[in-house]
Amino acid sequence: MARAAISGRLTWQLAEVVDVLTETPRVKTIAFDVADWAGHRAGQHVDVRLTADDGYQAERSYSIASAPNGTRLDLTVVRIADGEVSPYLADELKPGDRIELRGPVGGYFVWEPPQGGPLLLVAGGSGIAPLMAMIRLRAAAGSAVDTRLLFSSHGWDDIIYRDELERLNGNGLTVVHTLTSSQPPGWTGYARLVDAEMLAEVGPSPAERPRVYVCGPTPFVEAVAEALVHLGHAPQGIRTERFGPTGG
Amino acid sequence: MPPISRGFHRRRQPDGDPSRVPPGQYVTGDFPVLSAGPTPHTPLEEWSFTIRGAVEAPVSWSWEEFVALPSETVTTDIHCVTKWSKLDTSWKGVSVDTLLEAVESKAEYLTAWSDGGYSANLALDDVTDGRAWVAYEFGGLPLEPEHGGPARMLIPHLYFWKSAKWVRGLALTLDDEPGFWETYGYHNHGDPWLEQRYQGD
Repeated sequence: MARAAISGRLTWQLAEVVDVLTETPRVKTIAFDVADWAGHRAGQHVDVRLTADDGYQAERSYSIASAPNGTRLDLTVVRIADGEVSPYLADELKPGDRIELRGPVGGYFVWEPPQGGPLLLVAGGSGIAPLMAMIRLRAAAGSAVDTRLLFSSHGWDDIIYRDELERLNGNGLTVVHTLTSSQPPGWTGYARLVDAEMLAEVGPSPAERPRVYVCGPTPFVEAVAEALVHLGHAPQGIRTERFGPTGG
Repeated sequence: MPPISRGFHRRRQPDGDPSRVPPGQYVTGDFPVLSAGPTPHTPLEEWSFTIRGAVEAPVSWSWEEFVALPSETVTTDIHCVTKWSKLDTSWKGVSVDTLLEAVESKAEYLTAWSDGGYSANLALDDVTDGRAWVAYEFGGLPLEPEHGGPARMLIPHLYFWKSAKWVRGLALTLDDEPGFWETYGYHNHGDPWLEQRYQGD
């Protein structure tokens, strides 16, 4: 297995907010400009640090949602009601504000076009963020790698990046939604939690030896990974990333 | 001078004694799960624990033999590199000191290796003198698979990725050989009090 290590120290860098986008009622994407950003690979994350006026600091990790793109970096943040950091990021940050971040971190849950496919991406809620970096990179690189995205959201209005995913659908990318809590009138798609049958229908089959990336809340990732192994996918081909309820 | 985020304040009052929470960490009551792949499920009748590598003779225990070894109950704080800390966690397991008594070795390092291909490297100094265990109970109950059961390393003075889940053995080594996360940019040692999260910290 090829293993690329990060060299040198990851120092805190100033990140200036350049844009704030509303993705869903609970989710914002914050676009930063990081002057000395050395680039990242799709799937990596950063640590974010906030400092209060009394010197108190809090750190959290967020996946990078954007494909490598110069000094620009997009983080997608779910507002957790009783959280400490996410409500500030989602509700208070405005263009021109500056915070600190360092990274990129992580070298396992990554994909780059030369690695090829086929790809099976399985996302639960905001677990789409690192997978979106891969989808965006794939599109930006003009890659035609067979890619299936199975994306579980509560309802139609909770689908993060919905319009962009609709635009990118095609050219070898198949986007499949499942809406687990509520469905719009006339919905003919999946309307249940991801299970083995759904994963088998979305494919690719284990015989095609897809690279599988699963990201979402812990129970989601546990269930999906277990179902994939049950279907015959090689455990070594399944990469997982989780966030817990305490990511606040 | 870091930029001040106007309007940002501490929201959580620190639970328990703040002197027990390392820099950059916050206390959680949950037990979040982090792992790089699917959770392995090795049946206990197929499970064994092996010490191998730079030893005069490898040694191996079946599950029955392992849980019959002298055990210790440990209450300790744990710290994950993803920023959460959990205080007063209670474990039962076998001290690494007890396990190492079974082998002769001049090794100064070891790699804890696991089902699923995970591994973590450790200096012998970090896992001896009552500082590390192979734990198989959490909170008085068998350790659940998603938290590393049937058995995981417990090395509470280092970030918790060093406490390899689903551990199946220790490979003693003369040289320090990076484990799974250590080859992906995480710190080789991982002391939470020195905030050794990533390479170069």
